[in-house]
Amino acid sequence: MTVHNLYIFDRNGSCLHYGEWNRKKQAGISKEEEFKLMYGMLFSIRSFCSKMSPLDMKDGFLTFQTSKYKLHYYETATGIKIIMNTDLGVPNAKDILHQIYSTVSMGLYVEYIVKNPLCVLGEQLSSDLFSTRLDLYIRALPFFSPRAA
Amino acid sequence: MAIFSVYAVNKSGGFIYQYDNYVHRAEAEKTFRYPLDCVLKIHDEKVVVSFGQRDGIRVGNALLSINGLDVNGKFTADGKEIIEYLKDSTNYPLSILFGRARLSSNEKLMPASMFHSLFAIGSQLSPEVGSTGIEMLETDMFKRHCFQTLTGIKLIVLTDPRQSGIDELLRKIYEIYSDFALKNPFYSLAMPISHRVQGLHQGSLVAPIHVAITLVPSPLMWMRASLEP
Repeated sequence: MTVHNLYIFDRNGSCLHYGEWNRKKQAGISKEEEFKLMYGMLFSIRSFCSKMSPLDMKDGFLTFQTSKYKLHYYETATGIKIIMNTDLGVPNAKDILHQIYSTVSMGLYVEYIVKNPLCVLGEQLSSDLFSTRLDLYIRALPFFSPRAA
Repeated sequence: MAIFSVYAVNKSGGFIYQYDNYVHRAEAEKTFRYPLDCVLKIHDEKVVVSFGQRDGIRVGNALLSINGLDVNGKFTADGKEIIEYLKDSTNYPLSILFGRARLSSNEKLMPASMFHSLFAIGSQLSPEVGSTGIEMLETDMFKRHCFQTLTGIKLIVLTDPRQSGIDELLRKIYEIYSDFALKNPFYSLAMPISHRVQGLHQGSLVAPIHVAITLVPSPLMWMRASLEP
């Protein structure tokens, strides 16, 4: 049971943060292209789910899985999207992603904006404190193991 | 209904087959006085609520009928433009039915083919080696299962999130597809299955799929005694 990687996107599709723990295969395209592809894919999946849904949806798209990995998705009211790829053993990471947003991300995000009046919203979060805190949080998760299954 | 629909898509993303099993759609009918308190806009040739969510009418719901007569796109049943008709205070009070827009067959075709591409992107972005495409997509209202055969045909089933036993159902549908479509000498491969194909009409495929769906054990459904084509 392991976490492969994690993306954080803002409302306009720019990637705010990307973290990698156990990734075995790179996508074969540059990082920027990969972010755009990931964002585009999720945007399409979301609009596709709202069209196909037989009843009105409350939360929308949650996860998808393939034969090898599972992608968990969490979107806030302001348009911040958190995406986590894990292996198939993880049941439902919505609460974890919510935690990441509220304590790790928003806690540091707000601090980063407030204490740094020169930083621009929508650019990559380059705060080291944020990266290390997020890294520690992921490693402390009960289903994370450094040696992937 | 625990199983909502069945789709089949061919190797190049083209549409082959579609079957819907749900009838219940959230609809709300209300009597309105002039002036109307919802803001309406035209979207995709339909009149849609853009603001003014209340009493079961939600943003995104389409206007389905006025005074009991079904509307035709953005025109009423008599051919008048709906937006103009609703601005005229002499037509009030009237009762309007709002609900989730029913998808035309064209609109069902597009997401099915879109899914084909998303399936491939899911496999490309995989952090693990040797991943297939998206096999199961989950939202809070439905689960979408996809089974890709060795020849590239994708069989897609939309179900309730609590439904189990879908793998067997997908294999059973594959069996039905190969029995009814592939063994039919008049069927051209990768073409949509429709009533125009000589010797094979949609009804003959629907009945076995319907049986397969009703046989899936479900905590929510009773076994149905009769089949409707």
